[in-house]
Amino acid sequence: MSIKNYINPNPKDDRNPLALFFLSPGIWLLSVVFRLEPRPQPSKLWSIAAPLLAVVLTMIAGGIMFAALGKDPLEAIRIIFWDPLFGDFASYSRPQLLVKAGPLVLIAIGLSLGFRAGIWNIGAEGQYIMGAIFGAATGLAFYPAELWIIFPLMVIAGAIGGTLWAMIPAILKTKFNTNEILTSLMLVYIAQEILKSMANGLLKNPEGHGFPGSRNLAHYPATSNPELIAGTGAHWGVMAAIIAVIAAYILLSRHILGFQIRLTGESPRAARFASVRPNLLIVICMGLSGALAGLAGLFEVTGPAGQITDKFNVGYGFTAIIVAFLGRLHPVGILLAGLLMALTYIGGELAQLQMSIPAAAIQAFQGMLLFFLLAMDVLTNFKIKFGKEAA
Amino acid sequence: MDLSSFDPVVLITTMMIAATPIMFAAIGELVVEKSGVLNLGVEGMMIFGAICGFMITVNFDSPFLGMCAAAIGGALMALLFGLLTQYLLSNQVATGLALTLFGLGLSALLGQRYAGIKPPSTPKLDLPILSDLPIVGPMLFSHDFMVYLAIAIVAGVWATLKYTRVGLILRAVGENHDAAHALGYKVVRIRLMAIMFGGACAGLGGAYLSLVRVPQWTEGMTAGAGWIALAIVVFASWKPWRVLLGAWLFGGVTFLQLYLQAAGLDVPVEYLSMSPYVITIVVLVIMSADKNKAAMNAPASLGKVFHATH
Repeated sequence: MSIKNYINPNPKDDRNPLALFFLSPGIWLLSVVFRLEPRPQPSKLWSIAAPLLAVVLTMIAGGIMFAALGKDPLEAIRIIFWDPLFGDFASYSRPQLLVKAGPLVLIAIGLSLGFRAGIWNIGAEGQYIMGAIFGAATGLAFYPAELWIIFPLMVIAGAIGGTLWAMIPAILKTKFNTNEILTSLMLVYIAQEILKSMANGLLKNPEGHGFPGSRNLAHYPATSNPELIAGTGAHWGVMAAIIAVIAAYILLSRHILGFQIRLTGESPRAARFASVRPNLLIVICMGLSGALAGLAGLFEVTGPAGQITDKFNVGYGFTAIIVAFLGRLHPVGILLAGLLMALTYIGGELAQLQMSIPAAAIQAFQGMLLFFLLAMDVLTNFKIKFGKEAA
Repeated sequence: MDLSSFDPVVLITTMMIAATPIMFAAIGELVVEKSGVLNLGVEGMMIFGAICGFMITVNFDSPFLGMCAAAIGGALMALLFGLLTQYLLSNQVATGLALTLFGLGLSALLGQRYAGIKPPSTPKLDLPILSDLPIVGPMLFSHDFMVYLAIAIVAGVWATLKYTRVGLILRAVGENHDAAHALGYKVVRIRLMAIMFGGACAGLGGAYLSLVRVPQWTEGMTAGAGWIALAIVVFASWKPWRVLLGAWLFGGVTFLQLYLQAAGLDVPVEYLSMSPYVITIVVLVIMSADKNKAAMNAPASLGKVFHATH
C-alpha cells in the first residue's frame, strides 16, 4: 500500500482538499509513527514518571520561550528553580515557598476530591475571595476588641463564606442540572465585583484617608495570622494545608466517603449500584472544596495580604487546578506539586527582578506545564507501539 | 437618574457591537460541540486571537490582515487542544482549562509592548443609499464588516448543518462516533477540523474585542467572554439561530448595564458590572431545568473519548 493510499484510502470521503492538504502530513506521521494500545491497568510507574517528565519537558519548552525573549535560557531556568532555594537571596525567598504553597495546596486538596468524582468546581478563585470577605468582615466587626476568640471565629466565617459560594453551583447542579463548570466560573467574576465593592464601600478603612481597602488585619494581634515558626513562613494557613493533606489521605484511603468519591469517578454506574447518592456527593465535594478555598482566602487576608483590596486575589484558585492535576489528584502528590508551583512563582519574581523576564512568562510557563502533563498522561493509560500495525 | 438620553438607535448599535465577539466564539463552539467535542478553552483561544490580531494590525497597519492572523492564531491554539484530546486522548475538560490558562499567560506575554497603543480603525460599511437612511441606516447598515461576517457565519453554519452532507456527517460524528466510524468516516479528522474551525471563530471574536470594541490591548481583556460564549451554546440548545438571539440578548444586557451606569442609577457600579454574569447563570438554570429537553438537544457523544481499536 502506498503512502498516498494510506492517507486517503477512499478519496470520495474528503470534500475539503485544502484541509486535507494541511492536515494529512501530520495525520500520516502520527498514524504511521505510533499507535496506542490501552493498558489493562494504569501503569504505576508512569503515573509517577509522567509528571516528572512533564516538568522536564516544560523546562525545555520554557527555555525555548525564554530564548525567544532574548534571555539566556539556562540562567533563567537556574534562577527560577535553583536560586529561590539555594541562591544568594535564599534566606529571603525560602520562607516565601511555604507562604505561596499553603493556599495552593489547601485549595488543590479540595478541588481534587471533586475532580476525582467528576465534579468540576473551577470557581475556587471566587470561593477564595468570598472566604476572605466573610472572615475579614467578622474580624472587623469586633474591631478594636482584643479577644482570643476572634481569630477562630474568623476562620469559621471564612470556611462558611467559601462553602456558601460553592453551594450555589452545587445546588443549581442538583436541583436544575445546571452545568457546574460554567456557573462556578461565572461566580468568580461576580465575587471579584463584590470584592471591589467591599474594598470601596462596606469594608473600607474609615481611617484610610479615602484610599480603597480595609483596615490592615495583620496589624491587630486579635485578627492577624502571624508566622508561627520564625524564618519558615509557616502561618496558620500552612498548618491547615498540612492537616488537609493528611485528612484527605485518610479520607481517600480509609473512609467510605473516599471510596464513594473514587468509585463515582471511575464508574458512575457501579457507584449507583453501590447506593452512592450522586446529589449528596456533589454537595459534599463542592462544599468541602469551597470551605478549603474559603479558608485559604481567610489565611491570606489575615496574613501575607493583610487587608481586603480590589486586587487581593492573585489567581491561586486557578493555579490550584494545575496543582491538583500535577499532583495526580493524590494528597501527597498535591503537596509536592504545590511546593513546585510555589517555586515557579518565587523564581518567576526573581527572574523578573534579575533578568526582567515579564511576570506573564511564568503564567504561560505554568499553563505549558499542565499541557505537557495531560499529554504525558497518555503513557499512564496506553502503551505506545511504534511502526504500523501488523495487518 | 437621567433617562432622557435614551436613544433606541444607540441601543441597537451598541447591542450589535457588544454581541459580535460572543457570537463568533459561540457559533464556533457550537460546531465543535456538534462534532462531539467539548472545548472549554474558548477563553484562551479568544484572548490569543485578540493579541495576534492586535499585533499584526498594529505592525502592518491592516485590520484585515489582523483578523486573518487572529483566526489562524485561534485555530493553532485549537489544534493544540485537538492533538491532545484526539490523538493523546487526554481529558477534554482538563485540556480545555489548560488551554485557557496557557492562552491567558501567553497572550499577556506577547502583549507586553502593546498596552496603551491605539490600533488603526476598522473600516465601516458605507452603502450609498442604505447607510444614509435616517434611523435604519446607523442601526443596521453602518457597522464594520466583522459584524456582518459574524451573522453570515451563523447563517452558513445553520445551512451547512441542516442541508448539506458535510453537516450530516458532522452531526453523525457528534451523535454516535462509533457508528460514524463503522460507516467509514474519519472521526478524528472530522473532529480536528471542527475544533480548528471553532478556534478560528474564537480568535476572530477576540480580535473584534481588541480591534473594534475596546479598541486597545489590556491583559485578560476577554474577562469571561469565552465562558459566556460557552453558556450561550447551552442557551441556544445547539441551534445556530438561537446563538444569534443569545448573543444579542447579552449585547442588550451589556448596553443596559453601561447605560444605567452612565445615567447614574443609585446602585454601586460593581453590582451593575456583575449583571452579565448573573444573567448568564439565570439563563443557564432556566435552560437546563427541563432535564428531558436539555438532554434531547445535546449531542449524544459530547465530551466522550473516541479511540478506534480497529
